[in-house]
Amino acid sequence: MLLKRLSEAYGVSGDEGEVRDILSEELVGHGELRTDTIGNLFVHKNTGRQPRVMLAAHMDEVGLIVVGHEKSGLLRVHKVGSIDDRVLVSKPVVVGKNRVPGVIGAKPIHLQKPEERKKAINIENLFVDLGARSQDEAEKLAKIGDYVAFKAGTREIGENCLVGKAFDNRAGCAILAEVLKEDYALDLTGVFTVQEEIGLRGSGVAAYSVYPDFALVIETTSASDVPGTKEAGHVTKLGAGPALTLMDSSFIAPQQVVDLLVQTAEKHAIPYQFRRLTTAATDAGKISQTHAGILTAVVSVPCRYIHSPASILSLSDWQNTLRLVRAILNSIAEGGLPVCGNY
Amino acid sequence: MEVKRFLRDICQAPGISGYEHHVAQVVKAAFCRYANEVRQDRLGNVVFYKKGAGEDGQRPRLLLAAHMDEIGLMVTKIEEGGFPRFAAVGGIDPRTIVAQEVILYGRETLAGVIGVKPPHLTDEEERGKGHKIEDLYLDLALPEEQVRKLVTPGDLAVIRREALQLAGGAMSAKALDDRAGIAVLLCCLDELERLHHAADIYAVATVQEEVGVRGAAVATYGVVPDVGIAVDVTHGEMPGVPEHDTSAIGKGPVITLGPNIHPKISAELIRLAKEYRLPYQLDTAPGVTGTDARAIQVTRGGIPTGLVSVPLRYMHTSVELAETEDIKLAGRLLALFIAALDTAYVEGLTCF
Repeated sequence: MLLKRLSEAYGVSGDEGEVRDILSEELVGHGELRTDTIGNLFVHKNTGRQPRVMLAAHMDEVGLIVVGHEKSGLLRVHKVGSIDDRVLVSKPVVVGKNRVPGVIGAKPIHLQKPEERKKAINIENLFVDLGARSQDEAEKLAKIGDYVAFKAGTREIGENCLVGKAFDNRAGCAILAEVLKEDYALDLTGVFTVQEEIGLRGSGVAAYSVYPDFALVIETTSASDVPGTKEAGHVTKLGAGPALTLMDSSFIAPQQVVDLLVQTAEKHAIPYQFRRLTTAATDAGKISQTHAGILTAVVSVPCRYIHSPASILSLSDWQNTLRLVRAILNSIAEGGLPVCGNY
Repeated sequence: MEVKRFLRDICQAPGISGYEHHVAQVVKAAFCRYANEVRQDRLGNVVFYKKGAGEDGQRPRLLLAAHMDEIGLMVTKIEEGGFPRFAAVGGIDPRTIVAQEVILYGRETLAGVIGVKPPHLTDEEERGKGHKIEDLYLDLALPEEQVRKLVTPGDLAVIRREALQLAGGAMSAKALDDRAGIAVLLCCLDELERLHHAADIYAVATVQEEVGVRGAAVATYGVVPDVGIAVDVTHGEMPGVPEHDTSAIGKGPVITLGPNIHPKISAELIRLAKEYRLPYQLDTAPGVTGTDARAIQVTRGGIPTGLVSVPLRYMHTSVELAETEDIKLAGRLLALFIAALDTAYVEGLTCF
């Protein structure tokens, strides 16, 4: 299963090589493959037809980077992307190109004062432990600048769901890969972008060089239909279908584009929901503001506990997101793009 | 004997305090070849008897105790939506179980995740606070009616964690506290295959240590040993913890000194370590220890007690870390102690 392979691959922002290699191998023969200077992977399917459509999914995941060695042999790390420090405690990780295994431990409960137990353990008090006994030994195993990723397998859970790491956004990558194996009556460029998690760094330059008539970002977004959260805070609900973005902190979807997505979903009886949160950003923020502006939309797979090594996604949501992306492409191929800007 | 493989298997076996039956099977499978007799008492302690070579009346009775139970979670109620809440069995720091995968033993074995209020609804001040156990719940990714069918209060869950081999001989796993001690017992019995020992040995995998050293008390009462030695883990050095309160990883087993320990037993362990040039470390417990030694010492009319420990980092997390060489060395030290044990030494233990 491609999604499982992609989610188990390591690809912290800036170190997306393993994910890029899996996708390149998977997509050989399905278009013209190239990479750019920042590491984005492009797959161009030139049919000579209009309009020119770009699909984008980011390959990178949140993680850590080695910033120093302690005399004891422990590693000091900083965060790459947005991780709640409290998620890091008591987790296995891999470090560097050789995927050296390590763990992030915590001070034993027995040795903590009651006041201490109430506080979050922040990154300044967390270390990666490779089992090295000295600084020398640690320096041989891990270099400054080595990337650190959560180590987690992908397995089935509950009713048609998967648990694992990095579904944000390997779920999107897997959908994009499936779509790129198919043929559409469009000039289609799929872009697997880099460095989304540290501020949408890859998608802007990708959109600049592709300069499409329309861009569709395939993402993974929070599902918070869990205890202690009122419905207004759910963002999305697991199992309720792909989430359509109206607004986030980087992007407001043009109404005509939202209409296109909704009408397409309804026409094909694909369940959908609106993403009910106006914060957090996606590649759409950069893409839509490239050149003189690019018509852009975002569809996302709902996922619980994103940015943690134990995220949960529903395979029916994933399938329905794939169906919706296909339907949108066919709808544009048949009926063209909505006209925007005529107020 | 492959210590690493045994450690991996035994750490992955579930065995929350009071429910040690599964891990007990793993222990029995590995230990039975060394024992003349295996029995299990009414609390669940598994006792392996290995006969000594001494004449009748010349065989001191030696108890070795390592606990096989681990800390874990117990379902307390099922929230609307089908999310079980839970209580801790043993000393769990709730901050170490956020975003962990679990295995829940309901009517079926179920995969789950420990969830918590999402970050977008958390303000800056809350982020500075540690999660409390009442903030956490289990997510089984199942519809509510399914959860209610399969899960009931009282069901148990453990963190799902595969053991990791790290640099050198280091290993990380859940439940190394005190499966590392069980491995020490196994190493000791293996060493004794090649050593002459007069003493009868009762190696016991004890239960319910994490909830108050209960198994060791009844096991000791049942065995009536002349000498009892608890084998457990002790805090390994790490940042943020004073050096004098911890022991180094990879520098040998730890011999404990203090009122909970018979001074002649610690002295003998130190003497043997020096004589055989085994690396060892010392630790002092000013009061009672948090180990089976606490119960053994005051069983019946009193049992002379010792404590040998394996240094372990990150105790009571799911990434506990220990060095396999320390485990082997602890086993060897105990085997040497047992080989040297005779009735004269035992008689001396009552003379102060």
